[in-house]
Amino acid sequence: VSALQHVRVCDLSGQLAGAGATKILAALGAEVIRVENPRNHGRWDMMRTVGPYVDERRGPDLGVGFNNHNAGKLGVTIDLADPLGKEVFADLVRISDVVTENFAAGVMDRLGFGYGALQALRRDVVYVSSSGFGADGPYREYKTWGPIVQAMSGLTFTAGLPDTEPAGWGYSYMDHLGAYAMALAVLVGLHVRDTTGEGQWIDLATTEVALTLHGPALLDWTVNGRGRRRPGQPNGNHAAYDEMAPHAVYPARGDDRWVALACRDDSDWSRAAAVLDAPWTAEDRWSTLAGRLRFQEELDARIAGWTAERDAEDVARSFLAAGVPASAVRRPPERIEADPDVLAWGLFPEVDHPEIGTVRVEGLPIHLSDTDWAIASAAPCLGQHTDHVLGALLGRDEDTIASLRAGGVV
Amino acid sequence: VSTGASRPGALADLRVVELVGEFTGLAGRYLADLGADVIAVEPPDGAAARRLPPFVDDEPHPERSLRWWSEAAGKRSVVLDLDAAGDRDRLEAVLATADIVLEAESTASLAARDLLPAQVLERRPTLVWVTITPFARGGPRSDEPACDLTILAGGGPVWSCGYDDHTLPPIRGQGYQSHQMGAHFAAIGALAAVAARRRTGRGQRVDVNLNAIANTTTEVATYHWLAVGSVVQRQTGRHAAPVATEALQVRASDGRYVTTGVPPRTPAQFAAVVDWIAELGLAEELPEVGLLELARDPAVALGAPEAAASVEALAVYSAAREAINLIASRLPAHEFFVGAQRRGLPVGAVLAPEEALENEHFVARGMQVPVEHLELGRTVRYPGAPFRLTATPWRIARRPPFLGEHTAEVLAELRGAGARR
Repeated sequence: VSALQHVRVCDLSGQLAGAGATKILAALGAEVIRVENPRNHGRWDMMRTVGPYVDERRGPDLGVGFNNHNAGKLGVTIDLADPLGKEVFADLVRISDVVTENFAAGVMDRLGFGYGALQALRRDVVYVSSSGFGADGPYREYKTWGPIVQAMSGLTFTAGLPDTEPAGWGYSYMDHLGAYAMALAVLVGLHVRDTTGEGQWIDLATTEVALTLHGPALLDWTVNGRGRRRPGQPNGNHAAYDEMAPHAVYPARGDDRWVALACRDDSDWSRAAAVLDAPWTAEDRWSTLAGRLRFQEELDARIAGWTAERDAEDVARSFLAAGVPASAVRRPPERIEADPDVLAWGLFPEVDHPEIGTVRVEGLPIHLSDTDWAIASAAPCLGQHTDHVLGALLGRDEDTIASLRAGGVV
Repeated sequence: VSTGASRPGALADLRVVELVGEFTGLAGRYLADLGADVIAVEPPDGAAARRLPPFVDDEPHPERSLRWWSEAAGKRSVVLDLDAAGDRDRLEAVLATADIVLEAESTASLAARDLLPAQVLERRPTLVWVTITPFARGGPRSDEPACDLTILAGGGPVWSCGYDDHTLPPIRGQGYQSHQMGAHFAAIGALAAVAARRRTGRGQRVDVNLNAIANTTTEVATYHWLAVGSVVQRQTGRHAAPVATEALQVRASDGRYVTTGVPPRTPAQFAAVVDWIAELGLAEELPEVGLLELARDPAVALGAPEAAASVEALAVYSAAREAINLIASRLPAHEFFVGAQRRGLPVGAVLAPEEALENEHFVARGMQVPVEHLELGRTVRYPGAPFRLTATPWRIARRPPFLGEHTAEVLAELRGAGARR
């Protein structure tokens, strides 16, 4: 039994910000049918044609990123600009609980499938549209990708060291968080549908999801008038509001090795000091948070001097044994292949992809005790399930499907 | 009290009991703003977040913590001493009316209070019990101390973030992102379990593992490793990658930074860059712009930059990147952002959070939501909805609760419910 086995999603979304959302729904049991364009071979979703690849072969069915973000879905091709394609798509909407997309704002209206049109096809449809800036407002036409979303919302700015340029997030963090919020939006819409019988349109702007991810920083601004752009800020590795010290990423022995250490309170510090086992830690000024903050630069330098001569994992183990939060800054092999928590979780299940072969994908970071997630299949090859969906679900006979295919409609 | 409160929220039929802990706050807040009745159960000395900075006017006080405000707006507060038998009975009475429980306790602390989820579910089989902890509940690392910094360092995000200069440490992004991600998955898990309950009649446990979330929220770092065993390296202001890529972050003429996004790659974009360079009188500084003149012809097929492009194509893409970077360095950040976007070139300006909140677009979209704090004589602007539900609006139902503000109210409701039974 799966949690969402009663749910069918007509999924026009792509990249990670959209496809990542419906991947979660598929893993929880929804039947997700990805609709792609036969005319451009699915290339609207750039993930189909960017690497990495497992070998020298290239093509829209071979990208492992696409496979990761679309595992467990069905794939059909339908040309939404073609009148016959529109008919097929309309039939698909009629049997779907949810329609998802992350085209630029306005694209669905131009295709003739804005919310009003979708609702006419399926009265209680849950329609979730995701875009960078949302369906209205001065920037509604503007385009984004993850790093632009992060820049415009304050997340790039707050990931860095003071008095230098921002480091930013070294990946499209907001494609992930946009996808999480989009999956949640679908579930919220379905909940309302299930309790009241009413569908709705949910307008999701990934920049706005991002704007909600600052903790108390924005209240510090609206209440105290204190922004993050000020001397000495932001320091991503220090506690943002001086609530802890030490709290930083320190160098460890070896090439580009680092270890994170945080003392949540004075008790953590006294146990950390015992691990450091150095005469300087006995000075009174370190015993209170106020003292450790006042001399934080010196404190960080002294701790760095100690950690730099030691192995990152050894350092972390010593502090953890003393009850102090610590972790090596782990690289992919260490966290994916060697973390007992990750291994016990079954976080990276294998799928068999007809073209790529057997590869691991990301599973879900939640477990449900009664209706858990499962990823039973790889991402669909382009149009892999067109015959099945048009035939078994939409009642088209073989000749009709052949004719649609010959006309390039599917 | 606030906007959109007239229509019932999306989750108005759900009651959530939050045993307030280190990682529950934002998950409860999410559900509260979506309309659920979220009862924050606090110990007599209050939730730990009430003692965390920043504070209103920098005056430390349990009702003035902005950390607490950011996590507790819209909830009700009930004080229960779960080490006292009478209050544990009261908690049982609250649980009897609840749909969802959120908690981030240690297994030992739950066991001591007869609150292990499997046991509670035997008594209350329709409950959805959501645990949000750094590692799997009961798993091999469940007893390890951890906090936002160490979760993100051990789980992958920190490795990918930082500077080209690797003598500088990798960087953790601010905002308690492990809590933020956990809140999303707690809400996803809770609503998936509620959906399952509608069919099965049974509740269940949902285990939210923050380390697992971090591990699956690193984009290319994970699937590069899974696919080909390569390890990404951090770079300033752009994606970490197995091999170094060209800079995308540029210092604008006003000292602010911009990101030039995906460099121009279509004939229309090449044309826009050429025209903009000419408009700004920069053509003489960038002779390579001539290459773009050729590429603006749609008949010239270059092939995607990711594919094995020809030397000529690579030269065009490189010239386009140089051109956009040159323009970025000569204009103030906001002017560059708007100018590029109006020309169909996706770029961004690096705004501080407060600048984003005050930005014209987000103001127009209603991302500043006023909440009355009558006792302080202030109306406080809160950041608004993560997504816009057109039929069942997101809203902040009330200012964050005072400690125990709703204890009597909730207990009276329970007595009323008991009497009706």
